[in-house]
Amino acid sequence: MRDFRYILTGLAIFVAVVTFPLWINAGKAAQPPDPSLDTPAINQLPKKQCIEATDYMRQKHMQLLDQWRTEAIREGKTVYTASDGQKYQISLENTCLSCHSNKSQFCDQCHNYLGVEPDCFSCHQAPDGG
Amino acid sequence: MPITRREFLKWGGIVLLGLGAWPTVRGLAANRSTYEANPQAYSGQKWGLAITMSTCWPHYQAGCRKCFLACQREHNIPDIDNPKEEIKWIWTEPYERAFPELNQSYLNPRYKGRPFIVLCNHCDNPPCVRVCPTQATFKRPDGIVAMDYHRCIGCRYCMAACPYGARSFNFQDPRPFIREPNPAFPTREKGVVEKCNLCAERIDQGLVPACVEACPYGAIAFGDLEDPTSNVRKALYAVGYAIQRKPELGTKPKIYYLV
Repeated sequence: MRDFRYILTGLAIFVAVVTFPLWINAGKAAQPPDPSLDTPAINQLPKKQCIEATDYMRQKHMQLLDQWRTEAIREGKTVYTASDGQKYQISLENTCLSCHSNKSQFCDQCHNYLGVEPDCFSCHQAPDGG
Repeated sequence: MPITRREFLKWGGIVLLGLGAWPTVRGLAANRSTYEANPQAYSGQKWGLAITMSTCWPHYQAGCRKCFLACQREHNIPDIDNPKEEIKWIWTEPYERAFPELNQSYLNPRYKGRPFIVLCNHCDNPPCVRVCPTQATFKRPDGIVAMDYHRCIGCRYCMAACPYGARSFNFQDPRPFIREPNPAFPTREKGVVEKCNLCAERIDQGLVPACVEACPYGAIAFGDLEDPTSNVRKALYAVGYAIQRKPELGTKPKIYYLV
């Protein structure tokens, strides 16, 4: 038991290092995303709703876009009939981004918060150049 | 009254069955959205072009490149001034390179060295589609050989397989080289192969290809090769003879040149 204090010191240092991210950030909550809906196209809408319900879009927009690309490119089906019967042209540029023309204020907010980097925008162009 | 084992199993089974069926019921109830083709889309079995170079040349020599420019603007084609990295959808080749098998010793000077507009031939039997390991390039039911850039891994097998050199590889990010970006169409990214898509996106909206629309002299006829009343068939029958690029390879190109 001669090395007892060395072992304890080592353990204490190890625990301190491992928990470093926890206590250094304690009390500093990350800023929750606050996506902006303030674009000219959205402001003109009589009812501010996306092609589907907000909850659905929040959770499933990636699956929806994934299916859109398959239907439009591989099946040639370019018209999407939403669950409320409204028809939309399948296009990230001409449909999604014509309303959400503020990519940096809308898309990036959540993507940065969650640390996801979708590669959609390496080809599809956002109107604000983002 | 205490529940018997028999009762417990019976009701337990019913509850489990209900829980198992719930996701299916919910899925069926939620799936009310549908996908369909645009009713205005052109429908055809085999889209093709017939290019009358004799109509084009008198104006082309004066510098009419409206078809090139329309295509470039429409599809955000980068203007990279380096033959090793340039991106080509529609361009010109001299007769001898476009039609090497028709380069006779005593070739009519009418054709010798003259520029021919060339583009992807949208072959009926496309070698690029056969070799693509990811099915990123595929033949649509209407005959267009399309690219799905989401699936392209940049292996360039298609470039090796294409006998017409109609495909270009993006060695660098093309965006800085796009003169007038068209916000309605995507750009490409570094590491994918691109080519003419016969304006599939326009045909799906009921519009003719941009090059056909842009030509002020009607040198390019577009239509369904299977339809005898289509513009392309009318153009083919109106002249003496039509040639195709490298027909001996059996790729069955759908671009015809009227001579």
